Amino acid sequence: MSLAPFPALLPALPEIFLAIAAMILLMIGVYSRQEQSARIVSYASIVVLIITLILVGIITDGRTLTFGGAFVSDTFGLFIKTLVLIASSATILISRDYLIMHGINRFEFPVLIVLATLGMLMMVSANDLISLYLGLELQSLSLYVMAAFQRDSTRSAEAGLKYFVLGALASGLLLYGLTLVYGFSGTTNFDSLTKLFTSEHVDVPIGITIGIVFIVSGLAFKVSAVPFHMWTPDVYEGAPTPVTAFFAIAPKIAAMGLFIRIMTGPFGQLAGEWQQIIIFISIASMILGAFAAINQRNIKRLMAYSSIGHMGYALIGMAVAGQLGDTATRADGIYGMLIYLAIYLFMNLGTFTCILLMKRNSRMVENIEDLAGLSKTNPAMAAALTIFMFSMAGIPPLAGFVGKLYIFQSAIRAELFGLAIIGVLASVVGAFYYLRIVKVMYFDKPEEEFDQPVSLEMNGVIIVTGAVTLFLILFPGPLLMGAAAASAALFPG
Amino acid sequence: MYVSAVFLPLIGSFIAGILVFIGANTEPEKKKNIDQMAQMVTVGAMLLSAVAATIAFIDVVVYGNTVVIKVWTWVESGSLKFSWELRGDTLSLIMLLMVTWVGSMIHIYSIGYMSHDNSIPRFMSYLSLFTFFMLMLVTSNNLIQLFFGWEGVGLASYLLIGFWYNRPSACAAAIKAFVVNRVGDFGFVLGIFATFLLFDTINFDAIFGLAEGKSNAVITVFGGEFHALTVICLLLFVGAMGKSAQLGLHTWLPDAMEGPTPVSALIHAATMVTAGVFMVARLSPLFEYSDTALTVVILVGASTAIFAATIACVQNDIKRVIAYSTCSQLGYMFFALGVSAYSAGMFHLITHAFFKALLFLGAGSVIHAMSDEQDMRKMGGLYKLIPVTYVLMWVGSLALAGIWPFSGFYSKDIVLEAAWGAHTGIGYYAFWMGIVAAFLTAFYSWRLLILTFHGESRADEITFAHVHESPKVMILPLVFLAIGALFVGILSFNFFVGDQAAEFWGNSILILSSHPALENAHHVPIWVKYLPLFVGVAGIALAYLMYMFAPELPGALANGFHRTHHFLVRKWYFDEIYDRLFVKPAFALGYGFWKSGDGALIDGVGPDGIAATTLNIARRAGALQSGYLYHYAFAMLLGIAGLTTWFLVTMS
Repeated sequence: MSLAPFPALLPALPEIFLAIAAMILLMIGVYSRQEQSARIVSYASIVVLIITLILVGIITDGRTLTFGGAFVSDTFGLFIKTLVLIASSATILISRDYLIMHGINRFEFPVLIVLATLGMLMMVSANDLISLYLGLELQSLSLYVMAAFQRDSTRSAEAGLKYFVLGALASGLLLYGLTLVYGFSGTTNFDSLTKLFTSEHVDVPIGITIGIVFIVSGLAFKVSAVPFHMWTPDVYEGAPTPVTAFFAIAPKIAAMGLFIRIMTGPFGQLAGEWQQIIIFISIASMILGAFAAINQRNIKRLMAYSSIGHMGYALIGMAVAGQLGDTATRADGIYGMLIYLAIYLFMNLGTFTCILLMKRNSRMVENIEDLAGLSKTNPAMAAALTIFMFSMAGIPPLAGFVGKLYIFQSAIRAELFGLAIIGVLASVVGAFYYLRIVKVMYFDKPEEEFDQPVSLEMNGVIIVTGAVTLFLILFPGPLLMGAAAASAALFPG
Repeated sequence: MYVSAVFLPLIGSFIAGILVFIGANTEPEKKKNIDQMAQMVTVGAMLLSAVAATIAFIDVVVYGNTVVIKVWTWVESGSLKFSWELRGDTLSLIMLLMVTWVGSMIHIYSIGYMSHDNSIPRFMSYLSLFTFFMLMLVTSNNLIQLFFGWEGVGLASYLLIGFWYNRPSACAAAIKAFVVNRVGDFGFVLGIFATFLLFDTINFDAIFGLAEGKSNAVITVFGGEFHALTVICLLLFVGAMGKSAQLGLHTWLPDAMEGPTPVSALIHAATMVTAGVFMVARLSPLFEYSDTALTVVILVGASTAIFAATIACVQNDIKRVIAYSTCSQLGYMFFALGVSAYSAGMFHLITHAFFKALLFLGAGSVIHAMSDEQDMRKMGGLYKLIPVTYVLMWVGSLALAGIWPFSGFYSKDIVLEAAWGAHTGIGYYAFWMGIVAAFLTAFYSWRLLILTFHGESRADEITFAHVHESPKVMILPLVFLAIGALFVGILSFNFFVGDQAAEFWGNSILILSSHPALENAHHVPIWVKYLPLFVGVAGIALAYLMYMFAPELPGALANGFHRTHHFLVRKWYFDEIYDRLFVKPAFALGYGFWKSGDGALIDGVGPDGIAATTLNIARRAGALQSGYLYHYAFAMLLGIAGLTTWFLVTMS
């Protein structure tokens, strides 16, 4: 009996490092003094994430496979992983105040984030249906726990439970889709699937199509696209705010990365089959995101609908990538999508940091009316939040405009005019609730001031994200080049 | 010299304009200083400009150094090329000289007249701005620059008519002037387009050079072929009619009297309204090739002359009488142009500028004395109280009535003689209309003098007690203008239309040998020569009879011929007809578009409707979010079932 050759570990080095580091962090947490443990583990986690980021940067060199072709490391992965790692480490930074205030400042929190991040990195690098599922579940299990992290709060527990049940349902759907694909093709490897669907006999068995529909549904749940979005508002509202911030950013980006990889990779040649679904869920998400947010009073719920809408816009890029024909046009869609996701990261991070600062007399407040007159009581925060809101509404020259510009441009090049028009109209409707927040801050009678002082970390995050949002249009070079390289990696030749 | 003459008023206007903002929020003491500074700057700039214009005039006209000064390239686009250029020939220089000197006098006069006003710098700035645009107009070397000046004076006129913008009547008059002029300007612009179409250039020298060759060209308008130059000339003449308040487009001029009196004198008597006359004279090389257009010019001019004169006889507002008189005199100028006596028309333009500005400023002096009373029925008996103004008004009226040796005598005579000299049917029409109008002119001038200065005072006592002679700063410009009204005619007759005319005008005016009206004017029967003077004296006599010796006569006449009287008082019903024909329908249309178009349709379906629908959808979307886990799971399963079904259906 011959053993399989020992796999090359180098391409997966960042993930391996992160996995080991997570165990070590857990040990540190357990064996350090109670009152210190959370602080130490938090900062250590940030260091670990940053080292991982550096490792990812160093290791990625063209396209390399390992673990029998189940794991891939490429430029696309580099781009998504960078965003995910930034989001994760920033979330740890901004969550500390909240955790301390609510007496849930435990070292498990950063460790859970690190484990979820590990899952996300594996998802993004998945090159096999099995590794895809493994990564996804690792991430999801961590997130379920995090949603219920504030155990003494019924709302948090309810959010965790809802997320778990529905997530399990979605996982089931996904898994069912995966088995269907395996059953009708006989392979789980992405490259083999790609080869299979590119070859001459294009007659796709119906099982594969249904499998794709199930896979898309499962992934749509992860990115909270309509009609698989129902969990989002409840979970966002119920979960502790730092967890909501985390949910809104890192897992979304990672799931989108996985989504892109599987749709353009193994199912790339079957775009005719799935483009229709993507167009449908994109339009539905944009419209629901725009309309349902209008009546929301809770800012976390509002952000939930906002993120549904944003995912709808991002999915336009995926629909463009599903336009069979010119490879450059398809890459263009992914290019716009990646730019959109990167900008989404910064805007949301900034916004959630502001939301985390909404506390009065050591209690969090979450309603939009609580922001009334913020321009008088805290002009700097009002200005920052205004920048983020304008950016989310897509008003030039802010970053959000750049993102929408590239997405809509790609849709127009692919002649998906209907999608572009609906997108623009939806963003007009969406502008209403973003601008209403600005109006409340600047024109309504001032409420009581928010608690001061603001921690250095949170100030820093607001300043950095605000600066990126404000000045991206002046220095878009690095982002555009990164996105171009990443999207090119998916469409070789 | 030439350039500084044109641009100095602009600089003055600019500085005064800045002073408006500086003086806006200062205390009264300082504001006084700023007002004075604005007056000094603008008057100084105007006087310098007038001196520069005089020097340029001597250089160009006396020594014959015709020039074209290029200031800046303006447009070079395909075959459309033109520059900012100052054209220095006799025609331009006469206008330049007249505008700068009369303008200077009116600037000085304004210091006194506007002394109680609150926004002196603004007024002076507008006035200088107007002068600049007028100078751009008269010195232009292409149609576009002419149009620039044309619109510029229109703008300045609008601003100055509406200078007292808190009076609704002033605002209405300003809008009316602007809108009516728009009708004329539309014709003007079309004329410029047609010129470019025909000649492929809009520069004067090039057009004039090509005009003869194109004299038989045709142009297609609405499917019909027309003589190209006639179409162009008629279109341009529509512009001239608007600016010069000729019959049909005259309605704005009387209303424009809402502006301060110096404005009426400068813009609505001496300069801007003569722009149409100037334009036709400038384009004489085009008009000469279209007999039809010239005939129309005569017809409109002669009809305006008589029409406006009849109305002037029954007006009671002192400024409106003079305004209709201006309208009528412009008619004289136009029919002179129409019979190809361009120089005669220009001659009357210049003399008229002096005596009409004099009359207006004199009237202004009366109004000033009467504490802003303009109704002649409330005046009377003023001659002892303001003797200097009285004498000056006499001078102006004598000149207007065309009594020897005042300048109006020379210019009006040559105009009428030229009309006779044309020896055409339409020429005779113009002559006889001009004679009747001359009679009426003398009549209403003396009616004005007698009602204002003679008889018992009809003013209330407080006003009458306040009557005072105007300050020196107002009287001196009047004296200057009176000297002009006295001597300009006698001194320049020879140059404009006499023996030295050919040398004087140089190439600036073209008269074809087939149009010998001006030549014939010097050889008319003796009764034609003396008839204008005779009817002038007769008109004066009648005025004395009716208003001095038999004051009950006018009332009896008005009652006896009350229909005619009413017809004249209502100004031939022009305003009423226009109101019914254009204004009311336009308002109705606008109201309809606003209420049903914008309000109900666009707002209702658009912003309001969409907003309501949006909120409605938002409410429903929110209702979907029940909070129940099984609802959510059900939605997911429904979604996947739907998607799968859809695929199975579409694939098979």
